[in-house]
Amino acid sequence: MTNMTDISSSTAPVQRRRLWVRRLLLALLLLVLALSALVAWLNVRGEAAIDDSAATPFTTTHQQIAQGAYIARAGNCAACHTARGGADYAGGLGIATPFGTVYTSNLTPDAETGLGRWTPATFWRAMHHGRSADGHLLVPVFPYTSYTQVNRADSDALFAYLRSLPAVAQANRPHALAFPYNSQVALAVWRALFFRAAEFTSEPTQTAQWNRGAYLVRGLGHCAACHAGRNVLGASNGALALQGGVIPMQHWYAPSLASAREAGVADWSTAQVVALLKNGTSDNGSVIGPMADVVFGSTQHLLDADLEAMAVFLKALPQQTLAPRTAKTPEPAQFASGEKIYKEHCSQCHGEQGEGARGAYPALAGNRVVTMDQSANLVQIVLHGGYPPATAGNARPYGMPPFQQTLNGPQIAAVLSYIRHAWGNTASPVSALEVLRHQ
Amino acid sequence: MNFGNTTQPSPMPNLIFAIGRALLLAAAVVWFPLQAAHAQATPPPLTRTVPDTIAQRVLACTACHGKEGRATNAGYFPRIAGKPAAYLYNQLRNFREGRRSNAAMTHLVDHLSDAYLREMADYFANQDLPYPPPQTANAPAAVLAQAQTLVQHGDAQRKIPACTQCHGSAMTGVLPAFPGLLGLPRDYLIGQLGAWRTDTRHAAAPDCMGKIAKRLTVDEVSAIATWLSSQPLPVQTHAVAVSITPLPMDCGSGRR
Repeated sequence: MTNMTDISSSTAPVQRRRLWVRRLLLALLLLVLALSALVAWLNVRGEAAIDDSAATPFTTTHQQIAQGAYIARAGNCAACHTARGGADYAGGLGIATPFGTVYTSNLTPDAETGLGRWTPATFWRAMHHGRSADGHLLVPVFPYTSYTQVNRADSDALFAYLRSLPAVAQANRPHALAFPYNSQVALAVWRALFFRAAEFTSEPTQTAQWNRGAYLVRGLGHCAACHAGRNVLGASNGALALQGGVIPMQHWYAPSLASAREAGVADWSTAQVVALLKNGTSDNGSVIGPMADVVFGSTQHLLDADLEAMAVFLKALPQQTLAPRTAKTPEPAQFASGEKIYKEHCSQCHGEQGEGARGAYPALAGNRVVTMDQSANLVQIVLHGGYPPATAGNARPYGMPPFQQTLNGPQIAAVLSYIRHAWGNTASPVSALEVLRHQ
Repeated sequence: MNFGNTTQPSPMPNLIFAIGRALLLAAAVVWFPLQAAHAQATPPPLTRTVPDTIAQRVLACTACHGKEGRATNAGYFPRIAGKPAAYLYNQLRNFREGRRSNAAMTHLVDHLSDAYLREMADYFANQDLPYPPPQTANAPAAVLAQAQTLVQHGDAQRKIPACTQCHGSAMTGVLPAFPGLLGLPRDYLIGQLGAWRTDTRHAAAPDCMGKIAKRLTVDEVSAIATWLSSQPLPVQTHAVAVSITPLPMDCGSGRR
């Protein structure tokens, strides 16, 4: 009997505990279900169902195709969707990300491997909602977070243009993404956190020109893809502010477009901004590195009116308020060694006083790229050299030699520390470790 | 995150804006004197000029390829001075379009137009400069003799044509697009034949050099590179204009 009592007195709490565990599990299950439902809802919110039953053949006009060709330039689609040496728009270019490599897709009208079976509606859904024709979620390396701003007419024109291209049978290469980034669930959660489909709406208090500029910069131009930086999950930080960020995997820093210290253009003339985007060079400097890609593939082909609109919008960006700079002084030995290297290797083109040469080499005295807090671009330019893009307005650019064969890490650090502190420049020195990190 | 202009007006943003405005004002008080201080670093208007020449424009190339593209045969970088213009132009395009892989070269030519690349190629092709003395051949005589046989006679059984059939009997190149093979560093020659063997260098299709390199053994590649790099240049160092018909094999570079 005593045993029985013992058992009954111990089973009651066990049962109670079991009940609680069950309740807790149920609550957790409900929470998971609710969150899943929320994520699912956030992923399809605002999407109109696509009517697949309408078997209307795709029709277009020469005018729409021409407009689409221009849109493709404004969006620089070919930069990613054409592999080096590959067929135009047939995809296959690998884009390295911190989560793995993403391979761009075939946009030619091939029925099996390209967009041959797509419709303007499915294409719009990809641009606006980031979902493929078969409904799967696209990876945000495809900048639908920006293209969502593109209007339906431009999306349709772009589709018409892509459909006019020669069909290339080239199967899409599967992305090489690590788990969990390769899963649709992870993408759905990412989208729930960071993406809202939103077509561009004009700001009534601004001019039509400003609005056109905003549409191009925020939408097709997808400037935020680089100039807004990214958080740890690869989402843009403050996509509208364009306050600069490190370009993932490239060791280049896309400078802030909202600060006079970096690449802000508030105090430039509209003509100078247009010149930079059209010719790759202006009185105030030239583009090199990833921005040379943009000018070469995209902005040099745009209409002056559109470049002016972009300039007006960029000039009016709300300016960042940055903390006052506290620059360190380089060690005298490093500074002296840097000066010696500068005189030997750099002054021939950039001038004894860092004054540059008109129409050929940028001045380094007072140059924002030189004095920017982030030294990544300086390291890239010295290591790899490069040419600004050859454009109609600057068909035969002068070039910068690569110095990776000539100068070692400490030498590059010394010469950069020198130019950052000479001729009235006041920026902190660069360490050899920093150079190594940017390599 | 605000992806559109769709924010609803609410009291909270107003408060944030008010605080923001106050902060902006405070920042402006600090910022303007700083800006004035920064403006002192602004340089005088740019008056210095450099020669408006192609030679000045290709200084980015000669940093590695040597003064006027003559290089030396000490390191890896190949001489480009005096190579046939069409050959150089093809190579610049090959780098840009990924048929040759050298990250440094691709980076440099990535945003340059065909017209500009042609002008660069023409410039270096027109450089008529003395060659450095040949490298010393560090290989047994038998190996060098075997290499010489392959270079001058090929190996008919293995369908390997003689180098001299396309690159000229003196191996100084044949116009318009076959380069000279002398005066190049051994390391570079090994690098190129190796790249063809491993499909990391391609010429215009059909890529005859790719096929030939794959028919050579690794030891033969090394021997040929050693022998070629140790040959003195003849008195006449220029590429010659002779007609090679028929080519020993179908060759994309020969069609241009």
